[in-house]
Amino acid sequence: MTKRIEARFEKCRSEGRAALVTYVMAGDPDPETSLQILKSLPKAGADIVEFGLPFTDPMADGPAIQAAGLRALKVGQNTVKTLELIRRFRADDAETPVILMGYFNPIYTYGVDRFLADAKDAGIDGLIVVDLPPEEDDELCLPALKAGLAFIRLATPTTDDRRLPAVLANTAGFVYYVSITGITGAATPDFGKVATAVERIKRHTPLPVVVGFGVKSGAHAAAVAQGADGVVVGSALIDALKGTLDAEERATSRTVEAVTTLVKELSEGVRSVAKRAAA
Amino acid sequence: MTAQAQPNSFRTGPDEGGHFGMFGGRFVAETLMPLILDLEKAYNEAKADPAFHAEMASMMTHYIGRPSPLYFAERMTEHLREVSTASGLSGGAKVYFKREELNHTGAHKVNNVLGQILLARRMGKKRIIAETGAGQHGVATATLCARYGLECIVYMGAVDVERQKPNVFRMNMLGAKVVPVQSGTRTLKDAMNEALRDWVTNVADTFYCIGTVAGPHPYPAMVRDFQCVIGNETREQMMQAEGRLPDSLVACVGGGSNAIGLFHPFLDDRGVEIYGVEAAGHGLDKLHAASLTGGRPGVLHGNRTYLLVNEDGQIQDAHSISAGLDYPGIGPEHAWLHDVGRVNYISATDQEALDAFQLCSRLEGILPALESSHAIAKVIELAPKKPKDHLMVVNISGRGDKDVPQIAEILGTDIR
Repeated sequence: MTKRIEARFEKCRSEGRAALVTYVMAGDPDPETSLQILKSLPKAGADIVEFGLPFTDPMADGPAIQAAGLRALKVGQNTVKTLELIRRFRADDAETPVILMGYFNPIYTYGVDRFLADAKDAGIDGLIVVDLPPEEDDELCLPALKAGLAFIRLATPTTDDRRLPAVLANTAGFVYYVSITGITGAATPDFGKVATAVERIKRHTPLPVVVGFGVKSGAHAAAVAQGADGVVVGSALIDALKGTLDAEERATSRTVEAVTTLVKELSEGVRSVAKRAAA
Repeated sequence: MTAQAQPNSFRTGPDEGGHFGMFGGRFVAETLMPLILDLEKAYNEAKADPAFHAEMASMMTHYIGRPSPLYFAERMTEHLREVSTASGLSGGAKVYFKREELNHTGAHKVNNVLGQILLARRMGKKRIIAETGAGQHGVATATLCARYGLECIVYMGAVDVERQKPNVFRMNMLGAKVVPVQSGTRTLKDAMNEALRDWVTNVADTFYCIGTVAGPHPYPAMVRDFQCVIGNETREQMMQAEGRLPDSLVACVGGGSNAIGLFHPFLDDRGVEIYGVEAAGHGLDKLHAASLTGGRPGVLHGNRTYLLVNEDGQIQDAHSISAGLDYPGIGPEHAWLHDVGRVNYISATDQEALDAFQLCSRLEGILPALESSHAIAKVIELAPKKPKDHLMVVNISGRGDKDVPQIAEILGTDIR
């Protein structure tokens, strides 16, 4: 059920490197541009793509992703249209894992069973739903696993060893370590502490551990790639996108390229760190 | 909406996961989960500690000024009896006001803040954050932070900062930092998002003092417990005044903390009719803040409850003349009480609240908050239809002084 995700981490391991995971918002700044960006990401060096499901009230996100969601909603992006964009991406790319990331209310309103069927059908491999901790596994996590979708859990600096087994219990695909206590796009983490935290999580799970929050450059990506199985970058890509928009927040000829240029830099950062082949 | 079976008691919730029926829960980011588990543990320990209750009781008496009076609103009663007679009913309930507006800081909000600040002290937290709409919860939090020497940061939507300037100034005088929130719709819901973002960032030293019976478990239950002093006092005071329980209770509902505080101690007295009054804004077919009457179940700010959402699950703008009711959700226990049919949720428009504000001011010499005016508006509607021996209690949850500049503007009077 998590075949595409497993295969992709296996490929990265065989190349002796960490995976690059990118996040952009569906429908930002408009649906067609966001699809063009999504399609260009694997070519620019992304190994796994996360697509954001817009929500009015993203309580764990910083200003960049908040604004991206509002831009998308303003042009009419919604759950139905987001699934459709992923379906179109999947028509051209059968291998890159696609993770849908967002908040529970749009999914709950869509209807959990209907959503899981449609997400699977669109070619989504996994879900990250920020406001569903293990305490609420009955809501979506367990139905998602049953439907054959990975439910990727966030572990954070406040997730201590006592709590970690509960957090890892129903997670699949990979574990997403949030490098800081804070919102997306805020502080840059202490990379030394991140490496220690990744080691701690790896003692509890055979799953790959990827690290996100606060990674903004190729150098950051390289630093994280030392210890982690993957590096996630989101807000920095959205900042790059935002910098190219016109006064009405519409895409320009530079928009797609601004994102892919940064992805190439991040990809070089990740690839600059040689890791041991799979143990 | 009474499809669910009637429970033996309406007062046993929530369950261990924080659920009232299907509502409530703990829908928060993983970073916050360990914090709310810690909070739940600390609250359970405090609840079992007589020293905690003794400190609460002493501060309730000497600092807040409790008990608040249960006042027989004689001229309001006379007026509504005349209305009843004119409509050919010759009834008219005997109307009592629960005077929460007489509390220190001018509203019921302080009851809850006192409890949470004493809890924060027990937990060794030195930095307090809060969200506020009208500013009453922010003022209460700033007040108790001043009293106990704690750092206080209040998140307030930029729109609300503009329409509640007197309260912003009060908070500043009390030493609190007010942060105008520019994200989203720049009102109460965005202030709550921003407070949650602060909490996720400052996990070690920060206590989030939520102002209503919403948010992740244990907040809805904990805030309710701290507000139940309203209903507990009302029971005793009514027994003293009339030798029996009231026949009906009326309170306004935004998040619903003043209402649940009055209602909860009476939920198992099946003979007591209970009315929660939501804000119908410009009207239920227009912009409003009536989540139960005009919303549907969804998940926001840590709990499942009724929300104003569109067909895609995006949160819709709420509107009310009263900033304190201007929220697109409602506490999860109210959502459950609505579904099981124990409480009747009705609504009052901006205009009805404004009319009630003016009537109450002239008849009783009491300026009620615009929030409380929504409850009075429905007393004006309900009381004439009840017999003369019907005892009706309405919660005057806050005083209207904060609303004077806004009301003057609406009525076309320049007071600047």
